Amino acid sequence: MRIEQHPILSFDRGEKVTFVFNGRPVEGYTNETIAAALHAAGIRTLSHSPELDRPRGLFCAIGNCSSCRMTVDGEPNVRICVTKVREGMTVEEQSGKGVVKP
Amino acid sequence: MIRDIDLMIVGGGPAGLMAALAAAEAAPEGAKILLCERDEALGGQLVKQTHKFFGSEKQHAGERGIFIGRGLSDAVHAEAKIEVMTDATVLGLYEDGIVTVLNDDKHLKFRPRKLIVATGASEKFLAFPGNDLPGIYGAGAVQTLMNVSGVKPAERVVMVGAGNIGLIVSYQLLQAGVDVACVVEAAPKIGGYLVHASKLARSGVPIRTGWTVKEAFGDQELEGVVLIRLDENFQPIEGTEETVYCDTLCLAVGLSPLAELLYQADCAMTYVRELSGAVPVVDEDLMTSVSGIYVCGDVSGIEEASSAMVEGRLAGFAAAKALGWNADLAQAEIEKAREELNELRSGPTGARIRAGIAKVQERREGSC
Repeated sequence: MRIEQHPILSFDRGEKVTFVFNGRPVEGYTNETIAAALHAAGIRTLSHSPELDRPRGLFCAIGNCSSCRMTVDGEPNVRICVTKVREGMTVEEQSGKGVVKP
Repeated sequence: MIRDIDLMIVGGGPAGLMAALAAAEAAPEGAKILLCERDEALGGQLVKQTHKFFGSEKQHAGERGIFIGRGLSDAVHAEAKIEVMTDATVLGLYEDGIVTVLNDDKHLKFRPRKLIVATGASEKFLAFPGNDLPGIYGAGAVQTLMNVSGVKPAERVVMVGAGNIGLIVSYQLLQAGVDVACVVEAAPKIGGYLVHASKLARSGVPIRTGWTVKEAFGDQELEGVVLIRLDENFQPIEGTEETVYCDTLCLAVGLSPLAELLYQADCAMTYVRELSGAVPVVDEDLMTSVSGIYVCGDVSGIEEASSAMVEGRLAGFAAAKALGWNADLAQAEIEKAREELNELRSGPTGARIRAGIAKVQERREGSC
């Protein structure tokens, strides 16, 4: 959900775009990070731990930790908390450390 | 290709911005000052601080953090002597003085004569069963989601930590329409300013001192937490467990200096509890044990943004002085900044910081 009314802030979200998350379309805005757009769509589970397969979400939202790494347009280990949404981009959960395609 | 520059500043938060402006004030025409910021915009964590700052007018007291950040960013962008590089992550400080930067998928190399590291801090974590469930965040993360992105980050939150960040973010969650179930604080007393705590209390949010999180539970995502009371030795009292249902748990349990670059450069570091972690051993000019590398802001010890800004000015003028830029002005401004820092750290709230800084000085003198 997005905040429509705020006592102090107004938000310049940019243009509305659609991207693909794990095969399904999700709406976002060009000034939003992928993490923000996914949260607005109610998606908080971003990956699973490599050994015990436990669900993982966001922790720091500013690019410090590595909790939000996903595969974006084929590139693994993208920190989606500091990567903006683009029209048509593909965002996928990655398994383990991810695979860099040659 | 290696680019030679006079001064590089790593980090475009309150400390780094002030350092850049200070150095530019002393710099001659043609000086090359480069400010690298890993984010796409300047401002650091000021971009999400919707509350009004304290301190004196010199540190923008009474202004909201976001507007302070915008003002400083605009001033830096308008200063012709400062080159700003955003989306620029500094990766390495090498022993031959080369600094490598990742910018726009390119690996750039610089050779600065002086370097100011203003990399800030990262949020601390807390150990308890279930702490890896989606829905458990650093308090700063939900603050970013709601105040920068305008996304409602939760329906119902439990906040851990009644320091200033925990109190302020809880109030900002209320402003964003989120229900805050309670703030829990392990210590017997509220750590943050009373003015923030009172606002929460007036809004009906209980602040439970002497409590902590025993465990978090949920199938796939967070559904609730079990709180437990602590005795005066911070030991859990069995039988006092209480379940609180919530979809989000925020951890506001302190920050640690982000000092990786300083370790790379082999700066002498020392653990000081009062400054919240391992900090560089610095002299009165905020220079580390490695000649020519200065620090300012949270990377040199966790404090308020107001102190970070003054430290930035101190480091900026100190680097300028070392570069031989307008030594009289630089020296006068260094002394002013030191006085301002003493003022900010005076009184009972600054006692912890003063003790921490005294430890750093002791260890520096011990190592000389």
